[in-house]
Amino acid sequence: MTPIAGPIVFTLNGTPRRLPPGISPTATLLDWLRGPAGLAGTKEGCAEGDCGACTVVVEEEEGARVPVNACLALLGQMHGRRIRTVEGLSGADGGPHPVQRAMAEGDATQCGFCTPGIVMTAWAHAREGGDPHDALAGNLCRCTGYRPIVEVLEALHDDGVPPPPAPDAPATRFEAPGQVFDRPTSLADLLALRAAHPEAWLLAGGTDLGLRVSERREVPPRVILLSGVPELNLLEAGPGWLRVGAATSYRRLLAACARDVALAPFAALLRRLGSRQIRGMGTLGGNLGTASPIGDALPPLIALGATLRIAGAGGEREMAVESFLTGYRTNALLPGEVIRDVLIPHPPAGALFAAEKLSKRPDQDITTVGLSALIEMEGGLVARARIALGGTGPRAERCGPAEAALAGRPWSREAVEAAAAALEAAISPLSDLRGSAAYRRLAAGNLLRRLWHRQPEFA
Amino acid sequence: MDMTARHTGPGASLRQDSALKHATGEARFADDIPMPPALLHAALVLSPVAHGHLAPIDLSPALATPGVVAAIGPGDIPGRNDIAQAGRAQEHMLAEGLVEYWGQPLAIVVAETRDAALAGAAAVRPGIEPLRPVLSVEEALDAGAFLMPPMVMSRGNAPAILAAAPRRLSGTFVAGGQEHFYLEGQIALAVPGEDGDLTIHSSTQHPTEVQHVAARLLGLDHNRISVQVRRLGGGFGGKESNASWVAACAALAARRTGRPVKLRLGRKQDIAATGKRHPMLYRWQAGFDETGRILALEATLAADGGHSVDLSGGVVFRSVTHALNCLDVPDVTISGVACKTNTVSNTAFRGFGGPQGVLLMEDVTHRVARTLGLTQEAVRERNLAGGGNGSHTPYGQALEGDLLRRVWAECRDGADWARRRAEVDAFNAANEVVRRGLGSFVLAFGISFGIMSMNQAGALVHVYEDGSIRLNHGGTEMGQGLFIKIAQVVAGVFGVGVERVRITPTSTAEVPNTAPTAASTGTDLNGWAAQIAATTIRTRMAELAAAEWGVGPEEVRFEEEEVFAGNHRMGFGELAHRCVQARISLSSTGFYRTPGIHWDPAAMRGEPFFYFSYGAAVAEVELDLLTGEHRLLRADLVQDCGRSLNPAVDRGQIEGAFVQGLGWLTCEELWWDEEGRLRTLGPSTYKIPGSRDVPPVFNVRLLEGAPSRADTVFRSKAVGEPPLMLATAVWNALRDAAGCERLDLPATPERLLTAARG
Repeated sequence: MTPIAGPIVFTLNGTPRRLPPGISPTATLLDWLRGPAGLAGTKEGCAEGDCGACTVVVEEEEGARVPVNACLALLGQMHGRRIRTVEGLSGADGGPHPVQRAMAEGDATQCGFCTPGIVMTAWAHAREGGDPHDALAGNLCRCTGYRPIVEVLEALHDDGVPPPPAPDAPATRFEAPGQVFDRPTSLADLLALRAAHPEAWLLAGGTDLGLRVSERREVPPRVILLSGVPELNLLEAGPGWLRVGAATSYRRLLAACARDVALAPFAALLRRLGSRQIRGMGTLGGNLGTASPIGDALPPLIALGATLRIAGAGGEREMAVESFLTGYRTNALLPGEVIRDVLIPHPPAGALFAAEKLSKRPDQDITTVGLSALIEMEGGLVARARIALGGTGPRAERCGPAEAALAGRPWSREAVEAAAAALEAAISPLSDLRGSAAYRRLAAGNLLRRLWHRQPEFA
Repeated sequence: MDMTARHTGPGASLRQDSALKHATGEARFADDIPMPPALLHAALVLSPVAHGHLAPIDLSPALATPGVVAAIGPGDIPGRNDIAQAGRAQEHMLAEGLVEYWGQPLAIVVAETRDAALAGAAAVRPGIEPLRPVLSVEEALDAGAFLMPPMVMSRGNAPAILAAAPRRLSGTFVAGGQEHFYLEGQIALAVPGEDGDLTIHSSTQHPTEVQHVAARLLGLDHNRISVQVRRLGGGFGGKESNASWVAACAALAARRTGRPVKLRLGRKQDIAATGKRHPMLYRWQAGFDETGRILALEATLAADGGHSVDLSGGVVFRSVTHALNCLDVPDVTISGVACKTNTVSNTAFRGFGGPQGVLLMEDVTHRVARTLGLTQEAVRERNLAGGGNGSHTPYGQALEGDLLRRVWAECRDGADWARRRAEVDAFNAANEVVRRGLGSFVLAFGISFGIMSMNQAGALVHVYEDGSIRLNHGGTEMGQGLFIKIAQVVAGVFGVGVERVRITPTSTAEVPNTAPTAASTGTDLNGWAAQIAATTIRTRMAELAAAEWGVGPEEVRFEEEEVFAGNHRMGFGELAHRCVQARISLSSTGFYRTPGIHWDPAAMRGEPFFYFSYGAAVAEVELDLLTGEHRLLRADLVQDCGRSLNPAVDRGQIEGAFVQGLGWLTCEELWWDEEGRLRTLGPSTYKIPGSRDVPPVFNVRLLEGAPSRADTVFRSKAVGEPPLMLATAVWNALRDAAGCERLDLPATPERLLTAARG
């Protein structure tokens, strides 16, 4: 289909907004709000999606409220969506919203700079529910020590207000001087664009690429946005598997895993991946595409034996995740190809499945060492072991020597010790700000040892 | 005291003055001020190397960048290129000839947009011939590379007593620095007026220093520059000296272009270019007896000052004067030095050297206890100042041993210490790879600026004819609740509701020659100044009422919006109106200087503190011996706030400071690479505490029935800094859990795993 060039439109605080032609589609929502829109309530604290001072909420059709970091959200990504900022909240009397009153009256603000972002997180949380600490993982406060903020979140009630109507948003291409931003709406269109523009940024959630705009102030000439492609947004559960589109947000993936008891360890890990803001935008496809050596979600996918479907002009092919990651930030995608989806098999019944993450801070922190394991027993002996590591080498990968040390042995302290020792000998991690090589080696072995301490018997 | 629901004077738990505006997004921070016409944006060129000879900088690539209007190097500074606190040391604003840290400002680029300014700055390629950087405080200490002469505080004959002591121990450990991570980064907006006068909107804790430094760089008299501050998005000491040079850059650019200029540092530039808490290296030797009584101590506290002095003198002063904390050691020598390294110049940070100072005795008592098979608590109690021990600090100021013992007893009993000690021991006996630990801490923290001249403040109060009141003073509001507390003081003087008192932005044009809002003294100093100003006006008003009613002025009372004497009464506004009609001034300044304090820097003797603030803490942690991961399960704090002016605000200060201290001691780690580049430049790599790091059981109590014995405003006590140090209990709890001798800070999982393995 020929792209339809037109303006970016979205609903802002209940009112449709149509951006003037020529505005950069890769300007951040934050810069636009604070600049042309004149809404200075949303703050910039870090411009890297970590502090949450710029939190705004995207209201979904079905009523979900998704907090996102406006510093990472590009205007083109906001096309067709409903955005609410701190200025757009009001109570039934037209005055401050009850969430705003509760924050003020609960002594939950001191300097106040983080407060608008926390108000938006809290407003979303009142509807979404869950653990207040999960809600706050993406919001830093340097003054209060959080106690009063947590108390406000614990006491909130949903205001029951439905989302405003979505705007009419027909355009699939946004143009600005020196920039073309495409938002294809079918896999065929995506592949055609990809083939024609191999140099273009493939933008999924933008939690990684967005940094290049937000912090490094890059102006990419060509962007292809994946979120409008239905094939890349599927989320399908079948008997013993889950299929996840490459552009499906972690938020939706987590919700699916949380319903699926077999994947509970993966769900627990996903809860520590970024924050609600990051999970509202970030995608599994992005994690695979960047092939980071410490991609949080990669070791569990490898341990479970997940496979990818890759689409290209010549058709589709499948590949195991462990083969897809070829080296430091490199993958097996050929020119013109895109990741379509990921098939995550359940662990076999009776198997031990674990997805461990070690970081300096429990929440919203990049992994120092990640270890996932899938251990299957037969006749009292380990029949198959898949042990995958992140943060210990140039890519996330399996640790053959550790697997071999377990195979054919009982799940015993001695066997696990031998496997941990083999693991420590096999890896050669780097020293960096997250930990020394020695610490990473020892901690990786100990994450394996800890599996035994936590579960000395199973199956 | 009136504590009814309507009461809004001193003692009332009112919320921060802008709380609702914060929550609605209406509160304006410096970056939210509507852009003045013709506004330009500035960006800094920062040094890409840590140490090297710098060739004269070529700014033509910046000028060739589209949108760039001006580029300013050191040669373009009309006044003196010196940002030192009092202009005493030559500390360059823009480097000349030599770069001394990675991230050092080299030039300023000014453009029509912020992006253009950043692009212009990025286009500049400084010519630097690299030299080897000195990055470790240990190397600097051993080489004697000091930024200032050592400070040595001595009492008795420590070497002799040490030599004769029945038992001796020596120790060494390090504590890391700390990034302030105020959520609002450094920012200033400079707006030229007539005749080149400048108005500067700055996010600063020290408007007067912004005025002075900008004037010095521009070569202008102070009266040409006025500095205004409504609020800061956090300061914590990081916007004391550092805000001044940021604002001076904006002022330079405005002066050069004749147009308004805003300089807002992005987070990475902010963390790279601005100072932090001083890291500290400790070496000590102690002599003690079998009862745990410490008889003599020699210690060196080596602060990493970074490349220049900045506020290191004051920081080291406070480290040295707080090195014994609340303990008594009869014979003692403490040496404090500020080492020079090729890192950013370290600066004020909540506690100002005090937090580093009070770590010393925690290491000493921990080691003595371990050696003698005693608990750390027993050793601390054995050496607590007062009681049978000496009650004077080595520099000659008395501590209140009774209050120390009271806060510790209340904290220990409230935390149910004995029962929980047994529970923790039982838990550890039953668990192989998870251990718990219990730790405690007791604090005596001196309140006043270490530089005596800074202990002064001014205020300006107007009462208008309708009885409304306008309050201005020299303190800045950075979230700590200063403005509401002082408004409560003024409301109390006039007997009116606090909503009658209009809070106004801090301005050098209204109250001149002020001290920074720092050292926990904001309320003590500005509160008295405002009280004095308000009382001056009230006295005049009372005299008029007394004359009209034929009573003595001392009989006139101001309460509940009215003025009374005997059977006479009238509204406060009515009396204000009558005063104006009678040509009585309803405006007054107020000025306060802290009485009685003195310090002899040569002898390192005196009574530099108006009073001490006391506190105690108990912490319980859980440690994973396989990974070093740990979490704080429970904290119990007791903090002496005197008679609190605002218990809600004080509780917020205690909780927030404790969590900030917890971050310093556990998860906040600054990491430099081998070339001296700081790699923890944002929240993705520099981890301050999140909500889950706060202990699920967090009991905070203000010490009751303990009005300040010093003549403070309404007998309240300072609260900004002391509770940060209560987090030291967590260090002790972690050592208890790990069973280790030495645990360097911050106690990251890596350090704990290493320490627990011995």
